[in-house]
Amino acid sequence: MTEISLNILDVAENSTRAGASLVSISVDADTAADRLTVVIEDNGCGMTQEQVSRVTDPFFTTRTTRKVGLGVPFFKYAAESTGGSFSIKSQPGAGTTVTAVFVLSHIDRMPLGDISGTIHTLVVYHPDTDFRYTYRYNGRSFALDTREFREILGDVPLDTPEVSSYIMDYLTENKLETDGGASL
Amino acid sequence: MKSLEELRAIREKMQNQVSMRAEDHTHTRVVVGMATCGIASGARPVLNALSSLVQEKGLTGKVAVTQTGCIGLCQYEPIVEVMEPGKPKVTYIKMNPDKAAEVVERHLIGGHVVEKYTLASADIK
Repeated sequence: MTEISLNILDVAENSTRAGASLVSISVDADTAADRLTVVIEDNGCGMTQEQVSRVTDPFFTTRTTRKVGLGVPFFKYAAESTGGSFSIKSQPGAGTTVTAVFVLSHIDRMPLGDISGTIHTLVVYHPDTDFRYTYRYNGRSFALDTREFREILGDVPLDTPEVSSYIMDYLTENKLETDGGASL
Repeated sequence: MKSLEELRAIREKMQNQVSMRAEDHTHTRVVVGMATCGIASGARPVLNALSSLVQEKGLTGKVAVTQTGCIGLCQYEPIVEVMEPGKPKVTYIKMNPDKAAEVVERHLIGGHVVEKYTLASADIK
């Protein structure tokens, strides 16, 4: 993985696979505190305590197509190698919360990358899941909530070409206004 | 900040179009593997290229681009599967946006499988 946003895409895919109806993603950059905090929270099927304790083990997965599960270990390693932290909390039937904290200025911190593209991919290709995305930069923020979008759109799906490109513009323009084009 | 007013305008416009695209069995399905293996090897640009080309070329009425998890062939990712009704599934391996464009042009539009990118033509060891 070469971007934090690809890790976010990967871990949020797990949330949708866990049958979540709502996935909340927050990306919070604070240059004064030198921290970039990523939280991915879902209301999916959750994990047992035993599964949680093994989920950062690259040789643990619930998939049957292969024997390794690298998504979570990659994300944990990416955060911890910057001097940050990683935690995962889960309750069967209630959902899972993954928190990764990166030290912004650390030389080993991978770039945030195309976060708007990531959120767009998630929103457009998961017609049965709602997403709430919050992007914060030094206290300024914007949010995208697909529940709000769907209420306006009625039966017009989010992957309609016009809607899909509106979502992409919404993400890029509002991000630019929030962080002034800062390169993360 | 970009407002939601624009979204309302889009809805007004779309509402007048009678038939919304409903996926059915007459659709060709183009499926991109988007698990850790796929994402790490570059599936996102491939997915984006496919979906924007399908839109650009006006194929949305007959082609649906979707994503899936890991199909167990991680070493061949990014993988794109093309499922046309009544035809055997075609599995393209080690894809990138350029190869994806070729598949759109020659397979989805032209109707000819791009043999050189398929799993069947790969030198499997």
